[in-house]
Amino acid sequence: MEAVVEVRGLVNRFGTAVVQNGLDIDLMRGEVLGVVGASGTGKSVLLRSIVGLQKPNAGSIKVLGVDVLTADLSATRGRWGVMFQDGALFSALTVRENVEAPMRVQVKLPAALRASLADLKLAMVGLPPKAGSLYPSDLSGGMRKRAGLARALALDPEILLLDEPTAGLDPIAASEFDALIAALRQALNLSVFLVTHDIDTLNATCDRIAVLAGGKVLVTGTLAEMRQVRDPWVHSYFHGPRAHAALGR
Amino acid sequence: MPPSTPQTQPAQQLVGEFVLVRLTALRGTLTDGDLDLTGLTSLDTAGAWLILTQARRSGARVTGATPAQSLLLKAVKDALPPDARPARPPRHVELLERVDHLGRETAEAAAGLARITGFFGQVVARLGGTLLHPWRLRFTALVFHMQETGLNAVPIVALMAFLTGIVIAYQGADQLRQFGAEVFVVDLVAISVLRELGILMTAIIVAGRSASAFTAAIGSMKMREEVDALRTLGLDPVEVLVLPRVLALLLMLPVLAVVADLAGLLGGGLMSWYELGISPGMFRTRLLDTDVSHFLVGLAKAPFFAVIIGVIGCFQGLQVGGNAESLGQLTSRSVVQAIFMVILLDGMFSVLFAAAGV
Repeated sequence: MEAVVEVRGLVNRFGTAVVQNGLDIDLMRGEVLGVVGASGTGKSVLLRSIVGLQKPNAGSIKVLGVDVLTADLSATRGRWGVMFQDGALFSALTVRENVEAPMRVQVKLPAALRASLADLKLAMVGLPPKAGSLYPSDLSGGMRKRAGLARALALDPEILLLDEPTAGLDPIAASEFDALIAALRQALNLSVFLVTHDIDTLNATCDRIAVLAGGKVLVTGTLAEMRQVRDPWVHSYFHGPRAHAALGR
Repeated sequence: MPPSTPQTQPAQQLVGEFVLVRLTALRGTLTDGDLDLTGLTSLDTAGAWLILTQARRSGARVTGATPAQSLLLKAVKDALPPDARPARPPRHVELLERVDHLGRETAEAAAGLARITGFFGQVVARLGGTLLHPWRLRFTALVFHMQETGLNAVPIVALMAFLTGIVIAYQGADQLRQFGAEVFVVDLVAISVLRELGILMTAIIVAGRSASAFTAAIGSMKMREEVDALRTLGLDPVEVLVLPRVLALLLMLPVLAVVADLAGLLGGGLMSWYELGISPGMFRTRLLDTDVSHFLVGLAKAPFFAVIIGVIGCFQGLQVGGNAESLGQLTSRSVVQAIFMVILLDGMFSVLFAAAGV
């Protein structure tokens, strides 16, 4: 299978703190990869490096065969979508305009057509029709995340990168979001890079899980394989009370 | 596009890429007959939307989709609005719209005036409370804001007043020389700087510097819910955020006004010496002959200007909503309002002092 994201020997340092130290990770086409790790192990830094927001000290990152460290911004435009933790919606635009924003950059369309497509995306992520004309500050946290997802999906990207998609959602909204990602991934043939803390999300959506520790990927594998790992952190993560509640014994 | 009837036409075979970037070109190529997708090389949501809206309009069937394409088509179909036509905003009668707009703006302006008056009252009440219980005053914050709004403004205020003094002396000398009354340039400089320009220029600079800073600082705290956090801790935002700022201005604006007066007189004096040969000694003698009331009148206005600037700056900051744009709008509004109110108040003082004969 082909790797759509290929990270090799990634090093990220902030002052004396080494966040990544020779990290290798692959995202295969069509899979959902869950990235977990204790706070401060550099999950978000890894995501920011992949999309080119964080310039690493060393290493190479290829997305769809393009070296993101040297390539122009437009080389991968429209081929990936990023959803930030709180949606990162443009606060001065309505939700519909937020979804239209990537389309404006990519292709010239009549306004009515663009609005219809934006409404379609909003409906696909499960937002009610009236949400389109609201401003981000009028939305609840869960709706903001859905709107952020709709904007990430605006151009039908091949890769979707999600930073803590279910953090701050109630359990019902969180499992709805998990189901949404699973359904959209099927329908849109997405490869998903998913940073999360939520063990329910890992269970419901991920094909493969990568655990970050000590600046590297400690171990990768399916959820069942994770439960066999001897490492103390991995063991307590996948055998803690929350894990038992989520996965059953 | 050939003329077509749904009944007789064979299924149209779609070929190539049905994707967003080609959407405008593809529109209008679809006919009313059944649609056969076997020739498609790629399909995305935008393409699926086009095919499905066309099929729904004509009642045609869509055939030949691969399993992956069927999944996409189903997902898009589920998300299509009940009516495929995009909703158009209803057209208003233009005149009616304008009258409506005017009414709303007027009502909004009146409500805004009521709000800021209420806020002003709140600040005054807290100020009174603080005078009764001075230990509740946030002393560190007060000193910090005194430095920010007062001490750090000294160079620009002094420079501005110095240049103003020079300009008045120069222009005055030119006019007074025609009457041989050059020596009155001292009175001109003294009265205009001490009575009006010293404090007015200072207030305008402080309004630009500090009202904007207050609005931006409090506004961004409002946006990040820090103001709400204060409330939940049982702290009054007016007492914590507004009072130290208003009080700092109240204390520092008169000081800045004195600095501006000195710098203005210095500028005027130097220009008189250079241009008219009025020696510093003579300048001093004539200066001491002018009534001290001019200086006091100027200084008396400072506390009023300080409160106006501080209250407007803080009030606009607390009006910021969740939106980054509103922060910018309100910051510029606070500066414009503060400067406008300062000049308006200055005019009212002129009338008042003239009536009182000071």
